[in-house]
Amino acid sequence: MARLKLFLPLLMFVLLAVIFWQVLQDEDYDPSALPSALLDRPVPAFELPALLSERLISERDLTGQVVLLNVWATWCPSCRVEHPFLNRLAQQGVAIVGLNYKDESDAARQWLQNLGNPYRFVIVDADGRLGLDLGVYGAPETYVIDARGVVRFKHVGVVDAALWQQKLQPLLAQLQQEQAGLAGSTP
Amino acid sequence: MNRWILLTITLLFSSAALAVVETFEFDSEQQRKRYNVFIEELRCPKCQNQNLSGSNSPIAADLRRELYRMIQEGQSDDAIVDFMVSRYGEFVLYRPRLDENTIILWLAPVLFVLIGVGTALIVIYRHRKAAVGPASLSAEEQARLKALLDEEADD
Repeated sequence: MARLKLFLPLLMFVLLAVIFWQVLQDEDYDPSALPSALLDRPVPAFELPALLSERLISERDLTGQVVLLNVWATWCPSCRVEHPFLNRLAQQGVAIVGLNYKDESDAARQWLQNLGNPYRFVIVDADGRLGLDLGVYGAPETYVIDARGVVRFKHVGVVDAALWQQKLQPLLAQLQQEQAGLAGSTP
Repeated sequence: MNRWILLTITLLFSSAALAVVETFEFDSEQQRKRYNVFIEELRCPKCQNQNLSGSNSPIAADLRRELYRMIQEGQSDDAIVDFMVSRYGEFVLYRPRLDENTIILWLAPVLFVLIGVGTALIVIYRHRKAAVGPASLSAEEQARLKALLDEEADD
């Protein structure tokens, strides 16, 4: 029986090795990604100008349908990388709203003109206050916001085909069903 | 002449500061002290191994500005902590608050110390028992020993 105790360190090693291996296998593992503190909480109130029109946008404009809120800026190289994919998504009918974070509006307008505009509308957050209220700490970041204006998911980093297939598309479908269900049940 | 040039050039290359220097004007010394404590104990969400005091990133600058604003407005420490945590999560505090999520974090070191001390005590106790046991003699062996020693003494 005492002999078995000798195997305890080996057992612990195997256990830890399995755990570490699982983590290393996970392609989505990002040790510096902060889980959003805003999950299941409504988008904070704001009133900011639009980039491409004269109107003012508020948090109410983010209700009524499920949207992706994409935080981007011209100073962010990764945003340029993810932009073509966002264009594709927009062409497929996905509702994307842009949040131009701490950027120059003229440069932003030029950027969209050169690279295409996938956004239903773009919010100008020049001093980053809305970003701060949302918990943004760098671009690009993308939020999934449901029809009631509640934050349901946050992704830090580039939106690519893999993320779309594995996480975003199913989530959007689920939230849209949720919205349809709620709409059907209200008298 | 050369020495003066060298001195001037050396003075121009001032050493780098280890903290970001921002000139905020505070109304009182106490407010400035609170600010300094906060920037040491809040983590930069972007450069996550630095506190707000040492980080150059834009988000850290934004958070320092917000902190300054809140202190000037006279908000309490709790209100400031709530502000930061509700936006960036508990992770942004270098000293996390004690609640159901962080209790494991706080108790784990204590637990490990107890396990370690406990294991050490058990090992020492067993070792001592093993060392003492075989050394004691049975009654017969003690009588023989006594006889032998008496024999020795007689010589």
